[in-house]
Amino acid sequence: MAYDKLEKDVKIDIERVLEDLDKYEPRRRGWVWRNHEKDLKMGPFTFHDMTTPLKQSVGLPSSKYFDGMDPQPLPVITTEIASGRFEDDIRRMRMAAWHGADHIMVIRTAGQSHMDGLIEGTPQGIGGVPITRKQVRAQRKALDLIEDEVGRPINYHSYVSGVAGPDVAVMFAEEGINGAHQDPQYNVLYRNINCVRSFVDACESKKIMAWADIAQIDGAHNANATAREAWKVMPELIVQHAINSLFSRKVGMKPGNICLSTVPPTAPPAPCVYLDLPYAVALRDLLRDYKMRAQMNTKYMEASAREATVTHVLNMLISKLTSADIQSTITPDEGRNVPWHIYNIEACDTAKQTFVGMDGLMEMVELKKDGPLAEMSREIRERATLFMEEIVEVGGYFQAVQEGFFVDSGKYPERNGDGIARKIEGGIGYGFVYERDEDYMAPVTAHYGYNNVEQYGGDPKNPSALIGGCTFEDRSKIVYIDELDDQDNVNVRLAEVEKYRKTSLVKPEMEWLADGTIMLNMFIPENKRVAEVVAVEIGKKLGLVDPEVINREVMQEAEGTRIEMKGKVDFDIDVDSLVIPPEPHVLSDAEIRADIDEKPMKVVCATVGEDEHSVGLREIIDIKHGGIEKYGIEVHYLGTSCPVEKLVDAAVELNADAIMASTIISHDNIHYKNMKRIHELAVEKGIRDQVMILCGGTQVIPEEAVKQGIDAGFGRNSHGVDVATFLVERRREMNANK
Amino acid sequence: MKRADDFQERRKHLANMTDEELYNHFWKVTEQVVDPLLELGRKNTTPSVERAVLLRMGISSLDTKAIVEGCMDKGLMGKGAGHVVYKVAKAKDITIKEAAAMLAAGEGWDEAAALFK
Repeated sequence: MAYDKLEKDVKIDIERVLEDLDKYEPRRRGWVWRNHEKDLKMGPFTFHDMTTPLKQSVGLPSSKYFDGMDPQPLPVITTEIASGRFEDDIRRMRMAAWHGADHIMVIRTAGQSHMDGLIEGTPQGIGGVPITRKQVRAQRKALDLIEDEVGRPINYHSYVSGVAGPDVAVMFAEEGINGAHQDPQYNVLYRNINCVRSFVDACESKKIMAWADIAQIDGAHNANATAREAWKVMPELIVQHAINSLFSRKVGMKPGNICLSTVPPTAPPAPCVYLDLPYAVALRDLLRDYKMRAQMNTKYMEASAREATVTHVLNMLISKLTSADIQSTITPDEGRNVPWHIYNIEACDTAKQTFVGMDGLMEMVELKKDGPLAEMSREIRERATLFMEEIVEVGGYFQAVQEGFFVDSGKYPERNGDGIARKIEGGIGYGFVYERDEDYMAPVTAHYGYNNVEQYGGDPKNPSALIGGCTFEDRSKIVYIDELDDQDNVNVRLAEVEKYRKTSLVKPEMEWLADGTIMLNMFIPENKRVAEVVAVEIGKKLGLVDPEVINREVMQEAEGTRIEMKGKVDFDIDVDSLVIPPEPHVLSDAEIRADIDEKPMKVVCATVGEDEHSVGLREIIDIKHGGIEKYGIEVHYLGTSCPVEKLVDAAVELNADAIMASTIISHDNIHYKNMKRIHELAVEKGIRDQVMILCGGTQVIPEEAVKQGIDAGFGRNSHGVDVATFLVERRREMNANK
Repeated sequence: MKRADDFQERRKHLANMTDEELYNHFWKVTEQVVDPLLELGRKNTTPSVERAVLLRMGISSLDTKAIVEGCMDKGLMGKGAGHVVYKVAKAKDITIKEAAAMLAAGEGWDEAAALFK
């Protein structure tokens, strides 16, 4: 049977995803934006900048106070998932989609950009995933299932770059990939691929992407991440964006598919908003025809996930004050390791939380049209214009690259002489550019440039008619290759972890199934260096394999250090060997309140015996702590060290619905003895049939408490809502039995 | 090259432009940078462009590499690798697939070269 539906409480079955991939066909081509819902009503609120809600999702932790609502902001939200094992990434993609991601970006394995041709099969990657036809089919197929489950289309994205850009573009077009990075400047500056080759290849790649309606993201943000003083490269960033955008448009890409990868260049403790906002305004003015893909700053990222998160929230303030069509997220752990599952989810939640929190902001504030913002924005635009003029003056783009114009840390026109210079006659792929002869011909669709199909009577508007249609018209012509390496492939990897997929054994994981990785947080009252060594020793004593400190933050040089440490456990847990009590069941606040409104309830309570502890009981009853008073239950509190007789007498006198006793002291089982005594007294006084008896305390085991003849016991971690739920439900039962 | 910030000097010709004039000027200059790059793409080809043509003709990624390498060896890149496969298929009255398989196996290259003489 075809794998066509996911169940929310069943794990996605990777083996079924891998079945029949040779027959898989993508359900659509092209990019999908979110659907803005004007004046969207959710809960008690009207939202302004939100989109169609998901069918199923995981809301923010505090959504429980708002009936579980999960508003979805306007920008498409990106998460980058590429752990090296695409099969494990599929599970992470599902988690990210449930948290609101609808743009899944897959980073390529190290070195793929220098590989001449397509990779096939499913080898394991390093720092990314080897992008192959089988791998993208498997992930696109999984995303089809996931998008149906959450009820919103998911855009799937990778890279069209390197010396096999056009090959990859064809494969992406055939496989329904929705978005891709494509920017020849990136190849030239950061991958040292010959500049002429890069631009000739880019013409073909972009033409193919335009045919497939693939949204393009450029590579300009890398200048920011690479330059020594990132806040000075703003003019250059605009120049790079403009070159790639106009180049793409002239090849045939529609402006609505041309997205600029723009990063606020600075981060605290620099006054980042003061510097980044004028830049964002300048960019959105000059590049107004194009879409903004707002990236987050990584340049100044350290190992503190908290610090990274705050920087990212400030980045999104810039997005909100200007615009962002796509909001990228950087995982807050990127400063320490290849991102873990939990941090992809954190980053998605951070973006969602921030935009939901700023909903409607621009209806209340506007950016000033004069003063420093306008002046600085104008200056950046002028500097960018001068940069572009000088490229023309020195003889064009290639000459400018050769002279080290780009990624110079000077604020243009200032130059520091530390730019990246690449020779016109040099780099990878140099010498592999061939002039087309007069009879040059290519009988395919979406081919850029001179193409003499007329020599065979062909139609320039439809060159592939010469061969009865190419793969773009006839999918059956695509050649699907399954695996080329019988060791390095997904089947071997899945077999290695089979027991963790098919039995009740469980290991913790951060990246890959059963990787065993856990993280520990601790405070060590020593200086940074000592604390690190102490922490590793603690890890060893706990039995962790390869304990390693991943973050150290000084609290005070002598007093101590905050440590985050990772390590692996070398054991597994058999779920079948555990006794797992069901989650305690609670009624909603609204339901409890309605019940009490309809039929008021009165309880008497006290800490009984020689017991002066009152904190626990206060937590249960006090409105301030979310106790039962908040539901309108009338509480008569008799204090501490209350004799049980007095408590039961009070119940008689007040005609109470319930008696609630708290007891901490458990010496000689006095707590259980008191419970039994309350029960017996209630029987003696003839009220046991009409009154509920509830007892609680840190040492109380609910099952033992009930054995004393009372109605319910409440142990550690009980809350007002647990007690109120019991009171309401038990009263309903008692009334039903009458 | 090292150079001090001479922005005030350089900007003189921009200083009196309105924002819209600056916008139009910026894109006019950008066009001057971009147009020669587009012309390069129009006139030239590369191994990856040709592999991408062959892929669209329904040839496997493994064979596209071998065929493009053959074209480079025989000096046929200027004709287009897809063109070579097409012409061989026509001349021998076989399918594109069959012609590609033959060339990828290293056969028929002298004939192919002769067809373009």
